[in-house]
Amino acid sequence: MTARLRLTGLLTWLGTGGFLLGMLGAVATVLLSSVAQQWIGTWLPGGYTFHWYGDAWSAYQVGSLLAVTFEVALAVVVLSLVVAVPTAYVLARLDFPGKRLLWLLFLLPQVIPTMSYAVPLATFMYRLHLAETLPGVVLVNLVPSLPFAILVLVPFVEQVDPRVEQAARICGAGTVTVFGRVVVPLLVPGLLAAGVLVLVRTVGQFELTFLVAGPNTQTLVVALYNIATQAGNGASPQEVDAMAVVYMLTTLVLLLVALRFVDPTSIVARNRDRRG
Amino acid sequence: MTALAIGRVVVRERRLPGLVWLAVPAAVFMVAFFVYPLCYGVGLTFQAAGGPLSAYRSFLSDGYQRGSIWITLGLSVPTALISVVAAVPLAYRMRGPFRGKRTLTAVLMVPLTLGSVFVADGMIDFLGPNGWFNRVLRALHVVDQPVVLIHNVAGVLLSMLISVFPLAFLLVLGYFSGIDGNLERAAAVSGAGPWQRFRLVLLPLLLPGLTVTFALTFVMAFAVFPSATLVGDPAGSTRVISIVAYDAYSRADYSSASAIAIVMGLVELAVLGIVFGIRGRLYRGSTSGGKG
Repeated sequence: MTARLRLTGLLTWLGTGGFLLGMLGAVATVLLSSVAQQWIGTWLPGGYTFHWYGDAWSAYQVGSLLAVTFEVALAVVVLSLVVAVPTAYVLARLDFPGKRLLWLLFLLPQVIPTMSYAVPLATFMYRLHLAETLPGVVLVNLVPSLPFAILVLVPFVEQVDPRVEQAARICGAGTVTVFGRVVVPLLVPGLLAAGVLVLVRTVGQFELTFLVAGPNTQTLVVALYNIATQAGNGASPQEVDAMAVVYMLTTLVLLLVALRFVDPTSIVARNRDRRG
Repeated sequence: MTALAIGRVVVRERRLPGLVWLAVPAAVFMVAFFVYPLCYGVGLTFQAAGGPLSAYRSFLSDGYQRGSIWITLGLSVPTALISVVAAVPLAYRMRGPFRGKRTLTAVLMVPLTLGSVFVADGMIDFLGPNGWFNRVLRALHVVDQPVVLIHNVAGVLLSMLISVFPLAFLLVLGYFSGIDGNLERAAAVSGAGPWQRFRLVLLPLLLPGLTVTFALTFVMAFAVFPSATLVGDPAGSTRVISIVAYDAYSRADYSSASAIAIVMGLVELAVLGIVFGIRGRLYRGSTSGGKG
């Protein structure tokens, strides 16, 4: 019995080790390659330089890519939260006919493959003349982000004691005051969690932005993909890797910010408690 | 003044479900930008040049196109299965508190944050004929010729595993922490060894969660697009449905693109239906130990 456990333990750590080595190997390869003068067929590059970053920065307008990425992400976060809070409140507190249908409306975009609704949605955006514009990119990104923010916020609303709101109402507060002065301040942890998760997802969101964005409205990840597909004809691999490093640093900063505010396992555990 | 205020409170209390209007903006947005475009897409598929169902027929009758369904399933089902199966023993060992747990969790979060585009880009260099992976194998004399791991199924599978496994792990870890430790202790007191405790106590309680984890990782893997084009062989062995849909879209053949996208959604929902059908037959009950 102990022999079997030792075997599973060995397999476990081998698997984890392999996973970590693969991931760190890929990241290290990209990092080294982005500062290599040339790197063909050796263990390590022959010489090091930072000029690929300068080249990529000017060739692909990384400055404006970053600006678009953050404009889109911030707009999506703010709009998602503003619309999600009252909706999450309704789903957490009220019972009404059609509630299951409403849940379905918010769950479906999380389940259906992105490409499945991205294609009709992008076609629709072209019809509305919103494709390739910043508002268009924000709108399509709201489609998965808004329901996601709602799903994250519902358990947080459920944790707010309804008696606090009743007390506020008895003291004469209207709906707006109850929200502005009671519910929203109590929801700050939930708002932080939902906001940070939506931010990370929007910066990493590929398919929707890829189909709808134009040359001047693409985000960093879409530009990275476009340049990576050109690698070999036009873009040098080092330039692609320099772009990849810029993208990686952006997302890692976001991840560090996210981990300050959100414990990834707590969301799952919370949902679980609610069901059980 | 007081009477008026009380009157208002009473009216509000009675009309409380009236607050449902707060959900209207979100519902309207989802109908306008999710439901309507989907219906619009379905409408487009029926307006194809060759008749109402020709867009579906041309996709499903062409073996090369139809094969993309099996290619997608052949990549996404193994990815989800391997991820879940590998996540269980790892999460089992990490379910208790220990030093550095937060760091390890954060490291595992990295691929989720990096996204499949970055992972795919890194994999091209890392797994390529001159990448470190092949160099190590050759240095150890495991192989003489570089193993071909890019521009084929193996490369896509490996990069998908790197992207998907962390999600499986985080979910399974969450499910493990939801199981009351007293159940395991009770089993241990009753003389069950570690393997029996796992197989007879933890696993049955975990199975419903594992099916959900499989479903979610499958959903993520089924949408594979960037890794299939970058690390894979997008014209042949890794021509997944999303590539076929995107090709039609970029040719401005919107009725075919929508038809393929809809078939893709239906195939995924069918698999999820099977998974949740199995889930319905499993034990579902309390995971907390009570005083019986």
